[in-house]
Amino acid sequence: MKLELKGITKRFPGVVANEGIDLTVMPGEIHALLGENGAGKSTLMNVLYGLYQPDEGEVLVNDVRVQFSDPGDAIAAGIGMVHQHFMLIPVFTVTENIMLGVESTNGPLLTLDRDAAKRRIVALSEEHGLRVDPDAYIEDLPVGVRQRVEILKTLYRHSNLLVLDEPTAVLTPQEIEDLFEVMRSLVKTGTSIIFITHKLNEVREIADRITVLRRGKVVGTTTAEESDESELARMMVGRPVQLEVTKGVANAGDDVLTMRGVTVLDDRLQVAVNGVDLSVRAGEIVAVAGVHGNGQTELVEAITGLRKIQSGEIEIGGAPAPGDPRHVYAAGVGHVPEDRLEDGLVVGFTVAENMILNSYYLAPFASGLAINQEPVRKVAEDLMREYDVRTPSALNDIGNLSGGNQQKVIVAREFSRPLKLLVAAQPTRGLDVGSIEYIHKRIVAKRDEGTAVLLVSTELEEVLSLGDRIAVMFQGRIVDILDPSEATPERLGLLMGGAHPEEGLTPVETTA
Amino acid sequence: MSIETLPPDPPPVTDAGAPPPEHRGFAAVVLASARQLVVPILSLVTALLIGAIVIILSDPEFIAKVGSDPGAALGAGFGSVGGAYRGLLEGSIGNPFRDIGPVTETLLRATPLIFAGLAVAIGFRAGLFNIGAEGQIYIGALFATAVGIGFTDLPLLVHLPLAVAAGFAGGAVWGFIPGILKARTGAHEVITTIMLNYVSYSIIDLALRQVFFQLPGRDDPISKNILPSATLPRLLPDERLHWGLILALLAAVAVWWLLFRSTKGFEFRAVGLNPAAARYAGMNISRTVVLTMMISGGLAGLAGTSEIIGTNLRLTPNFSPNWGFDAIAIALLGASRPVGVVFSAILFGALRAGAAPMQAQTGIPIDLVVVIQGLVILFIAAPALVRAIYRIRVARTTGTETFSKGWGA
Repeated sequence: MKLELKGITKRFPGVVANEGIDLTVMPGEIHALLGENGAGKSTLMNVLYGLYQPDEGEVLVNDVRVQFSDPGDAIAAGIGMVHQHFMLIPVFTVTENIMLGVESTNGPLLTLDRDAAKRRIVALSEEHGLRVDPDAYIEDLPVGVRQRVEILKTLYRHSNLLVLDEPTAVLTPQEIEDLFEVMRSLVKTGTSIIFITHKLNEVREIADRITVLRRGKVVGTTTAEESDESELARMMVGRPVQLEVTKGVANAGDDVLTMRGVTVLDDRLQVAVNGVDLSVRAGEIVAVAGVHGNGQTELVEAITGLRKIQSGEIEIGGAPAPGDPRHVYAAGVGHVPEDRLEDGLVVGFTVAENMILNSYYLAPFASGLAINQEPVRKVAEDLMREYDVRTPSALNDIGNLSGGNQQKVIVAREFSRPLKLLVAAQPTRGLDVGSIEYIHKRIVAKRDEGTAVLLVSTELEEVLSLGDRIAVMFQGRIVDILDPSEATPERLGLLMGGAHPEEGLTPVETTA
Repeated sequence: MSIETLPPDPPPVTDAGAPPPEHRGFAAVVLASARQLVVPILSLVTALLIGAIVIILSDPEFIAKVGSDPGAALGAGFGSVGGAYRGLLEGSIGNPFRDIGPVTETLLRATPLIFAGLAVAIGFRAGLFNIGAEGQIYIGALFATAVGIGFTDLPLLVHLPLAVAAGFAGGAVWGFIPGILKARTGAHEVITTIMLNYVSYSIIDLALRQVFFQLPGRDDPISKNILPSATLPRLLPDERLHWGLILALLAAVAVWWLLFRSTKGFEFRAVGLNPAAARYAGMNISRTVVLTMMISGGLAGLAGTSEIIGTNLRLTPNFSPNWGFDAIAIALLGASRPVGVVFSAILFGALRAGAAPMQAQTGIPIDLVVVIQGLVILFIAAPALVRAIYRIRVARTTGTETFSKGWGA
């Protein structure tokens, strides 16, 4: 499908989200859309998908002007969308999920014709290498396979333009390779793909052309050959960005965090962390690599007192770890939680209130029952300045800030206390290049002050550039601890996918 | 269940967002406050308009003439509407310079509603839906009555505060039960508080037949008279309005301070807005739930207390005309803000105070007031409806929020 967006302008009260955007996607092209949070990618895709009506500009499909008043129109025109958060019903099978909304029926009682649907699904999946069992239940499938189901869903609806929103965020390196294979197969048949991401290396690997948005405008369209990663980053941010983290050799001291045989159960009472031994010394960053859902979340919750440990022991600064968050923090632990909106911030509270979220009961913020407004505001304003939180006032609702600024509020809150141990889980997830650069610098600075840092990340680049030692977690176990010099992305990828180091790095079959 | 107590904030658009009040000019502040009032006021206006239609359609003269002489029928209908609303106004406000009576009657009726509205509002703030204010009102009244009739020879300065404290304690006990059940077992407060309402009705009935409480010489459940030393004094010599109003306003100030200026209120609001983040921040969710329910129950208890030791001076079953349920509406209308609760309660008090004079003057049943109240709530609970009727534009429709979530802009 050939898609043209011409001069798209979309205004919201007080802000121009898209301004005169031109974007052309040719048949069989993979077109990457790059941009920081708030650059207008979302608005543009919402316009394309019929959720917003543009104030100016037009949309052309195969040179014919179209108008989408709702997503149904967009789907009918052949546009398929794979959201970052999958829209699947866990207790339905793959076939049922795919046929949902376009059910084929037979007989007078309109019985669901699952067999017909299944035949088409099998045909589609064979054509494009989208291996999936049509009778499997979604809840039993790993994330990578669920994504294939989402792609199949759009193909089943005869899409020939696919929009993939940050599709690699949840995948292992091997799954990403598989996805790229599928994408290459799709474009061979004339399907076009809009690929939204913030990972510069992926863009350069897969995209035919790259369009960069900044502040609602197109900065430029380029190709992988014509530009390198730092050039792309500069286009996104509007200034040169330092992509590599510069850090000196770690000057590691004594153990601050010690875990011996720690076993933790998840919410369904399954073993999530299985006998983990790990220590983090003062002045070093231990990076825990792994695909999301291999026990890292529970490990962090156990350390920070949010989850009871089943067996084993955790020591912080030589003393047994207190079992509740308040005392853990009091013992000098900072915690950047994995999901900032879920756990780290209270939306509806001001920036200042979020800055004191775990110290509101201490002096100088509280005297007795009363909270003292002035110190709260002053400390918040100082921290905003120091940590470069950009918003007009400390009394602004945290929900009005961008993801990067929200994360800086958490970083400011956690880093500004005297810390022995910093536990940072996915500290840069979903952030733009500029914010990532900033937060990485802060983490290294904390390490250089002598803080022990436990970094949990699913981003290989982050793990490789920050970690002084790299622990790989798979199915609740630490499968290996590597020195950064011996940790290549390939090796880490294999370990994260379940290869046993002593078995010559053959991946374990994990997909259904 | 977490209850949406406030209209959701508009989705983030830019880092700038709306500058907070402190950084804007006076006019902008006034404008912003006025904007918050738009939906409640339009809800009231719409409710009155629909109420007018109900009056016209149920007017016997209108029904009789509508077939033969529609003009006269409409005239009669509008006459009834005018009479009804004039009656409401005269009964609730009248001419305060000539007769302060209607206004004091409105405030008298508003007093228990302020207490009960605050009770529900504080629950909302902590994410708790206390439907049990009605039961807490009764148990609070029972405790206050016990003190008010049980201690003789105490000076007013000791006896009265003791009765008020007992009323708070009674409501707090009745709030503690669903609170601890939720904290320990996860039992939902909506279910437990509703059920405890029924328990409380029976307890009142049973208690009032005991020798300690029952008025000598009576077979029906009615208490002895509250002793003068435990009675809330009148504010004006010739009007029934009493010190309960002052206590209610003080309670509103106290609730405001608790919610917005104290560490406990910080916890209440954090737990209400995002329990996961509250837990992450080291707050004790269970303790917060129990404490909130106790304070909420205590405030509801004061609603019953002020009525019994200020207005009725005897405890009887069914003394509350569903204040505990009106309180839910009042808390919603007041956006769970103490000052909003006070004004909403006064509005409801005015409707109640005006209803009887209206019926006396025009023969329009008091039930009309219930219809209007119900409609106000309907429109408040569905702000999108009011915005659609009056074509008020909002920055962004809510329907796309879920979609745009994944795109990060």
